[in-house]
Amino acid sequence: MFRKAFPYTIPVLLGYLAIGIAFGLLLKNAGYPWYLAPIMSILVYAGALQYLAVGLLAANVSIAEAAILALVVNARHMVYGLSLLEKYKGAGLRKPYLVFALTDETYALVTSTEPPAGLDRIGFYAAVSLLDQCYWVAGSAIGAIAGSFLPFDMKGLDFALTALFVVLLVEQLKSCRSWVPFALAAACSLGAWFIAGPRNMLLASVVSTVVLLVVFRKEIVRNAA
Amino acid sequence: MPLEKAFIAIAAMAAVTVFTRAFPFIFFRNRKPPEALDFVRDYIPPAVMMILVLSSFKDIKWASSPFGIPELACAGLVAILHLWKRNAMISIVGGTAVYMILTRSGIL
Repeated sequence: MFRKAFPYTIPVLLGYLAIGIAFGLLLKNAGYPWYLAPIMSILVYAGALQYLAVGLLAANVSIAEAAILALVVNARHMVYGLSLLEKYKGAGLRKPYLVFALTDETYALVTSTEPPAGLDRIGFYAAVSLLDQCYWVAGSAIGAIAGSFLPFDMKGLDFALTALFVVLLVEQLKSCRSWVPFALAAACSLGAWFIAGPRNMLLASVVSTVVLLVVFRKEIVRNAA
Repeated sequence: MPLEKAFIAIAAMAAVTVFTRAFPFIFFRNRKPPEALDFVRDYIPPAVMMILVLSSFKDIKWASSPFGIPELACAGLVAILHLWKRNAMISIVGGTAVYMILTRSGIL
């Protein structure tokens, strides 16, 4: 199963290693023991939040402040699951892990790929999810242990994640019957960047897009028909 | 913060993250989502993909050289490669390789 799932996860492997190593290095340089980076990647497993957390730990913020920021940064995930309710139905014991491991990248892969014929769907998605987290944990451990001695420069490798999102966007553009969700999302992203600023852009664009999708649902259905 | 407190903060952030991811699965375990959300569900993946692409450009410094040209050009290259070959590996590895060459070579 893992061998079949592996090729689908290679873009995430490249991207997660690159940004995982950078995260491990950052946390180590903030004065924490190396093992804190992989522990955090196992328990928290949320890229944007973990980058933010390095600053929070260094600034010695309160636990409450850390929790509230985690809620704000990850609030978009409260919407993601809506499109997986059906797909993950009947996943049984693997469901808690599938849900726990729903990062942006894993969500993008799971919603846009169908397992190869003959494979157990849930098993395939579980393998993709677990492989992705292994890359992230490995990257952060490598970064924290050896980040400053690595003989090669990872600069630019994180573009693999942008490229993955572009590929999945092209697939969605080809299969979605309406152009409206794309236009709405693009307008909301630009608006969010201008108004909420780069740091809050992701949350602001997801919230505003979902609200507008609900408001204009009748027009969108008519447009798609 | 001291290491002990860091562990507590990490546990708190882990708990909140799990809560956000589990929320729809717990909330709609025994009932059907309302019709409005039912609709949104189908359009979240396309919208989120657009948002993820655009937000990966959020930290680009548009006002100074190289003005985001490597990012935009390589994202365009990935899209063209993908429309042409429809092979995710070729599109992603090709686009990333060109990006690394462009940003390191000092051409732009």
